[in-house]
Parts: sequence; C-alpha cells; structure tokens
Amino acid sequence: MSHGASAHSTSMGLDSRKMAFWAFIGSECLLFGTLISTYLIYQGRSVSGPTPGEILNIPVTTVSTFDLLMSSLWMVLALAAVQRGDMKWAKIWLLGVAIGGLIFLGFQVYEFASFVHEGLTLRTNLFGATFFVLTGTHGAHVTVGVLWMVTLWVRAVQGKLGPEHAITVEIAGLYWHFVDVVWIVIFTMVYLLHK
Amino acid sequence: MPDASGGYPIPDLSGRPRESTGSHPIPAVEHSHPTAGTYLNVAAILTILTLIEVGVFYVPAFKPFLTPILLVLSAVKFVIVVMFYMHLKMDHRFFTLLFGGPLLLATGVMFGLLFLFGVLTIGS
Repeated sequence: MSHGASAHSTSMGLDSRKMAFWAFIGSECLLFGTLISTYLIYQGRSVSGPTPGEILNIPVTTVSTFDLLMSSLWMVLALAAVQRGDMKWAKIWLLGVAIGGLIFLGFQVYEFASFVHEGLTLRTNLFGATFFVLTGTHGAHVTVGVLWMVTLWVRAVQGKLGPEHAITVEIAGLYWHFVDVVWIVIFTMVYLLHK
Repeated sequence: MPDASGGYPIPDLSGRPRESTGSHPIPAVEHSHPTAGTYLNVAAILTILTLIEVGVFYVPAFKPFLTPILLVLSAVKFVIVVMFYMHLKMDHRFFTLLFGGPLLLATGVMFGLLFLFGVLTIGS
C-alpha cells in the first residue's frame, strides 16, 4: 500500500480529511444555530428603528440568494469536471463559483452600506446588532469560500489540480454548499419571516 | 508521500468506502455521484422553491400560513442541497451521522432557547 493512500484513510475505509470536514461542518451548525437563535430571541424587541420591515430589501436579496444557489450548481459541475479529468470546464466552473461568491458579497456590501446610510448600524438597536453579526458571520464564511475557490482555480491553471486531487475539490464543495444551506435558513428566518 | 504537485493522490476520489486492505472493512455498497442532468434538475427545483417562497411572502392571502409554509419550503431546500449537492444521499452513512447529530443538537438548542426566552410558548 502506498503511504499517500494510507495517510488519509480511516479504519472504516473513509477519507479522514472528508470525515474531519464533516465534523467541522457539524460544529458550524452549532455556531450558526446560536447566532440564528439570538437573532430570533431579540426579533421585535428593538426600542427604536429602523425595523426589519422598514429596511430589508426582499427583491435585491432574492437576486443574491439566486446567485448563491447557482454558484452551488457550478460547484458540483466543477467537481464533476475534475473527477472526469476535464480541466478546461473545471477551471471555468471554479472561476464561476468564485465570481458568484464575489457577486453575493457585492450585494451584501451594498446592503450593509445602504443600511448604514439609513441609520442602522451594529449599535443602533437589537435588530442591527443581531442582524449584522449573523449576516456578517455568514459573509465572512463566503469570503473564505471565495478565497478557497480562487486558490483551487489558480492550482488548476498551473496544472497542479487533476482528477487525483478531486477529494480536495469535493471538500471545498462541501464548505461552499454548507454556506449555501446556511443562507437558505437565514433568507427565510431573517428576510421573509421578519416582524 | 505528496506527489510532484504537492498533493496526495487518493485512489478513491469520492472519499467513499473502498476495497478492504488488510484490516480495513469491506464497504457494503459502492455509490456514484449524480449526473450533470440531476444537478441541473436540482438547481431548477431550488429556483422554483425560492420563487414560491418570495411569491408566498407577497400574497396577502397566505399571511395566516406564512410561517409554516416558509419553514417547510426552507427545510425542503436545505435537505435537497445536502442530499444531492453535498452527496449525503449517496455517501457513507457515517457522514450523515457526523452532520445530522450536531444539526439535531443545534436545532434542539435553538428550540430550547426560543422557549426559554418566551419566543415560543406551549400552546401558542
């Protein structure tokens, strides 16, 4: 058995990196669970405005949500391309995911800037504090994901990413899809079910 | 050892169970990832569900049922992404346990906190 192959397999025959990453994603569930809980607990308890109903822009956020959903599609297509050794399309899809993530971050920067312009900051009220911490933490995760995708794309361009490294792309994909599912919950809880 | 590119070549690209080598157990089932067509269908379903969510939000007739409808639609989208894009439907069940356990714990903590702070009440 080669050392390279055995270095990442567990006694269950599973890839240890993938197993570790699923455990990490599990811990992230608890992080976002507490942040979403905090937002819901303080929802509607702000003593001054702006309130969510006054300030949230549902149409714009719907577009950014669609963008993030599509980036998840491009991620699985990138993984499929890497697995079959089609590096031309792998590079295209990986770049697409990175650009999709940047577009989402652009929407978030626009949203945050418009909120600040309308008088909602982290210190304005309970809504501002919990909203910015929750969506900001998610945005930080998207930023890490974009950097990860750019790194993978650069490695692909350099010819250092091939089918033998598909597991690294799959793990990056797990992270990206998790960021997507967290946003699915945030979009519903924060934007559509606001008080 | 790392290969020339600095990476570690893995025979089983998916990270799923592989053939027994010595003391390693023999995997029960060998799965494969969905096709591009499945991925596109999933994307279409997710888009439609998102449009339904936003549509329901804007239709006054749905106001009384808004919360349960949106929670169900959100849960369906969540499960679809996890099952098909994160491949839990096809992958080893241990990954489902690694994700599902903390997810259940997080959900329980959320409900606990919401009841504790009076956001949710029994019989409300």
